[in-house]
Amino acid sequence: MVYLTRKIEFSASHLYHNPAFSAEENKRVFGKCNNPHGHGHNYSLEVTVAGEPDPVTGMVLDLKELKEILEREITQRMDHRFLNYEVPELKGQIPTCENIARVIWNLLEPRIHQGRLHRVRLYETPDLFADCYRNGAKPG
Amino acid sequence: MSEALKIALGRRYRFAASHRLHSDALSAEENARVYGKCNNPYGHGHNYVLEISVSGTPDPATGMIVNLTDLDGFVEREVLEAFDHKSLNEDVPVFRTKVPTTENVCREIYQRLKRFPQAKLERVRVEETSNNAFEYAGEEF
Repeated sequence: MVYLTRKIEFSASHLYHNPAFSAEENKRVFGKCNNPHGHGHNYSLEVTVAGEPDPVTGMVLDLKELKEILEREITQRMDHRFLNYEVPELKGQIPTCENIARVIWNLLEPRIHQGRLHRVRLYETPDLFADCYRNGAKPG
Repeated sequence: MSEALKIALGRRYRFAASHRLHSDALSAEENARVYGKCNNPYGHGHNYVLEISVSGTPDPATGMIVNLTDLDGFVEREVLEAFDHKSLNEDVPVFRTKVPTTENVCREIYQRLKRFPQAKLERVRVEETSNNAFEYAGEEF
């Protein structure tokens, strides 16, 4: 098995707020992330696909195709957007790194037909990231 | 959420510490041969980077596996306070008898952090320099 990783970046804003919480609770649980006007990050996304290289092409999958999938499914949907208001897949969810990574997994998984989606790693900052992978797979 | 999926949160921390690689089970010549410069009797230091990964189910009310304040506080208390600006050999009791190679540092940090009550520790990675990194994910991997 060979693991291939492609990286993209996108910039987006978000805020953490649960309407079921009181104002004080929102402030206590989410801290600065509860600022009502939002704030932003340069997100960095690493998508790893696992598979056997095709004996003819030597490729797990065509990188150009993966690039197009990422552009269509992720960049166009999330880049320079306010994640709470403009990404329907996140509606009703707090747009934490964990939830965004899961949404990205669910967007990409059905689109990858050569190899198999192995891991989605989303960096919110260089020191904070979320991984989404199949239960039982090697972590990290 | 599909039950087949696992979500893990990754976080990076830093600490600066000194160490000396020396085994009492080896002769002076053997220590010098095995550990080279790292056997210098006065020790030397590194800026270590600690990367950890914890998994769990994001709470639907907060979207989080664990509140970062709780995770950061735990790592600070259990690891950073004990390791940062310390001599690993002298100040961390386990390394009085165990050589503080980064392999052993990695395992020691895993043992300390696996007690974290709010999420499951998946993996510990310690970067000793930007060119040397070690990972430990428990004995099943």
